[in-house]
Amino acid sequence: MTRRLPIAKMFGTTLVLTALISVVMVPIRWNGQGASTAAGPIDTLLDVMIVLSAFVFSLVMVMLFYALWKFKAKPGDESDGEPIHGNTRLEIAWTLIPTIIVLFGGGYSWAVLNDIEDEAENPLKVQVFSQQFAWSFGYPGKDEAWSSGELHVPVDRQVHFKMHALDVIHSFWVPEWRIKKDNVPGIVTTAIVTPNEEGTYQLICTELCGFGHATMRAKVVVESPAEFREWVSGLKQKVPAPLMEQVVQDTEADPLPLGAGGA
Amino acid sequence: MTAAIKRPGWTRAALGMVLGAAFGVGLVVILREISGLPIWQTEQTGYPHVVVPLVTAPLGFLLGFGAFDYWLRWAAGMPTIPEDHSQHGATSWRDYFKFNTDHKVIGVQYVVTTFFFFFMGGLMAMLIRAELAQPGAQIVDPSTYNGLFSTHAVLMIFVFVIPVFAGLANYVLPLMIGAPDMAFPRLNALSFWLLPLAGLMFLGSFLAPGGAFDTGWTGYAPLSTGAPLGQSFFNVGVQFAGASSIATALNFLVTIITMRAPGMTFWRMPLLVWANLSTSLLVVAATPFIAGVQFMVLFDRAIGTQFFEFAGGGDVISYQHIFWFYSHPAVYIMMLPGFGIISEVISTHARKPIFGYRLMALALIGIVVLSYSVWAHHMFVAGMFSWLRVPMMITTLLIAVPTGIKIFSWLGTLFFGKIHTYSTAMLFALAFIVTFTIGGISGVMLGMVPIDIHVSDTYFIVAHIHFVLFGGSVFTIFAGVYHWFPKMTGRMYDERLGRFHFWGTLVGTWGTFVPMHWVGMDGMPRRVADYSAQFGDWNLLISCFAFMLGAAQLVFLYNMIVSWKYGPRAGANPWRANTIEWQVSSPPPIFNFDEIPRVVGGPYEFGVPGAKHAIMAGDGAEAPRPEPATVGTQTAGAP
Repeated sequence: MTRRLPIAKMFGTTLVLTALISVVMVPIRWNGQGASTAAGPIDTLLDVMIVLSAFVFSLVMVMLFYALWKFKAKPGDESDGEPIHGNTRLEIAWTLIPTIIVLFGGGYSWAVLNDIEDEAENPLKVQVFSQQFAWSFGYPGKDEAWSSGELHVPVDRQVHFKMHALDVIHSFWVPEWRIKKDNVPGIVTTAIVTPNEEGTYQLICTELCGFGHATMRAKVVVESPAEFREWVSGLKQKVPAPLMEQVVQDTEADPLPLGAGGA
Repeated sequence: MTAAIKRPGWTRAALGMVLGAAFGVGLVVILREISGLPIWQTEQTGYPHVVVPLVTAPLGFLLGFGAFDYWLRWAAGMPTIPEDHSQHGATSWRDYFKFNTDHKVIGVQYVVTTFFFFFMGGLMAMLIRAELAQPGAQIVDPSTYNGLFSTHAVLMIFVFVIPVFAGLANYVLPLMIGAPDMAFPRLNALSFWLLPLAGLMFLGSFLAPGGAFDTGWTGYAPLSTGAPLGQSFFNVGVQFAGASSIATALNFLVTIITMRAPGMTFWRMPLLVWANLSTSLLVVAATPFIAGVQFMVLFDRAIGTQFFEFAGGGDVISYQHIFWFYSHPAVYIMMLPGFGIISEVISTHARKPIFGYRLMALALIGIVVLSYSVWAHHMFVAGMFSWLRVPMMITTLLIAVPTGIKIFSWLGTLFFGKIHTYSTAMLFALAFIVTFTIGGISGVMLGMVPIDIHVSDTYFIVAHIHFVLFGGSVFTIFAGVYHWFPKMTGRMYDERLGRFHFWGTLVGTWGTFVPMHWVGMDGMPRRVADYSAQFGDWNLLISCFAFMLGAAQLVFLYNMIVSWKYGPRAGANPWRANTIEWQVSSPPPIFNFDEIPRVVGGPYEFGVPGAKHAIMAGDGAEAPRPEPATVGTQTAGAP
């Protein structure tokens, strides 16, 4: 019996299948509308991963269904298959090639991560307070304006959200911004976002925080800098004293990497 | 009556449980009295009057049931009862409800018990999907909903997937390596009986004031440290399930290392044995971490230790580090034994040696090593040190390499084989390759920090874990149960019903979990009793497929029960496999072998002329003379 396989045909079929899956899946905006500078790089990374995944999936499918079609036993055939125990070159190949693919993915992701967390000059600092089951926000200025349940930010300016949890862990997520960060009792966590699309969005709590978790939402408005200034100056309340205590008391949780700029 | 109380058994166990509970309550009352505390005050979440008996009553039950009789007599210097093998084997269904030290009986006890919890957990999944079929609250209130999905996950993880693998391996592993039993049969029996106690404790939390534990199976502090009493049932239940796991893993390690039949070198072990060796290495080192962290939560709740209370100097995020240091290896604890099952099933039904056997075994070890270095990929958005994210991402992505090796090697095994698909076990094994590949792909995406930042804690995660744990682990469990059903029961199951179950499960799994990826990426968070109306149509579709998936499992249940009672008698080796468990009768004799088999070759030598894996007693006459080239371990003086 010959041991030849139609390698070229199988590989060709894999490429065609990869192309078909990619053509269908890449144009779809899986992550929904994008409204921050992070959305572009993340969605592109996802598209690249979809194409690579389509290739891996197609390869597995072609191998599986070719084997099932070609090597299925005839009814009543009780003989054994060929005693092939392995193929060292093939085994090295399917160890090394996936290693290269995932390391490429890792390097690319690292670059995207640095890109989306790149700190701009003169960011707007907004304090985020989360508690069961409500959000509120503090704005810088001489009297720390406070907004409960509604977050406004100017368009095209980087915002650093400094987050404080008052009771249990909550998580800050605006899907259109693609950015998420937990709010942790006792420490300050930071999310960096540059909104680039005006509009109204929803802030969603994504860390289970109790019976009201599903409804712990806030309204997010991205508007022009002028409208934003007007809105902040119209805020009547100051950040309540207990919340200000959190701002003072919570410790910054993110020291520099060991050796980088340490004392 | 006195005889019933003196003899280990259910009467003495009931008495032991009552005395254990009374002892626990008494201890609390006396200590509170001495400390000058109000004796009956239980307003705080601690509830010592319940928590301490939660520990002492099950121990009393086990003492009464006879789990410690032999050891206690020995430790106290009393004459031990000579082993008359009365605790061995089963002649009627009643023997399965006794403290039995036969690994085959324990294996069946494990599988049946864990499937009971599978169906309980599945019932909760059905309630969850019924609630989520439409936006808004219809069936349960949000607190009950949180309790349902938390208990669903805990039952499935701790008293189904992890122990059912231990049960299957308990039955077949000693047979596979040619051993008469496990290394420590009494410890084995104790391991089993800890398990229903844990499961009942998880279920019992529904009766606690404040409802079942509702902080997710992850039980993040400080939500868990401030939760009502039900949380303590989880904290304590995990101790029993964890102790059961650890003891079983030790038992497997010693059994595999010391009790292999002569001639069975490490490179002649079936891959299921390799898989359980790897899994046990994970369990013994990782499981103590979850036991420890749940004790820390329990102490925070009951005696005010403030490990995770930031106001008292505790550190909230450290809970997650300790928890995931167990719980990431745990996903491999839930997957590696399944890899072993798939290797056995595919090799047997493709009539081919496993492609790249040694690399398959080494890939398992590679996963074990890597899996200890990836835990913080669950915490990319948790607010931990941000520089930890990139190294954890790289190790996470690298773990796809040994996993990929396994997928490609199974496919390689199919090539130039004679593939038989008449067995439902093989159908599940083939479907597993496809479904697990999808789960692996979404896993690689989740490993990438920028993508994870967006989809973390959304339905994308729910989709991923169910693709790897249902489409992955549970498919391998079904493959294993169908594959060894003839061996365990001595009867054949109905392949027609098996196919019905297979297709229902496959279509149900894809229909349920594929759309979850989409709604998650589009903005639906996980663990919510209610969601915005834009996801309503997809959720209705998901629920419909989920009900179909649930219904298909009833076919499985019917098939198993009816076939066990009325199925046609199974021969010793219905699948014409090579490994040793198929060379003895179905079910095997009480002590497995009249004479310990002698292993003379690899486990998957299909198609190799004249090759044999093992020489059994009785066929020694026709055994080929050992060839020096293939049996290097044989001494020169061997006959």
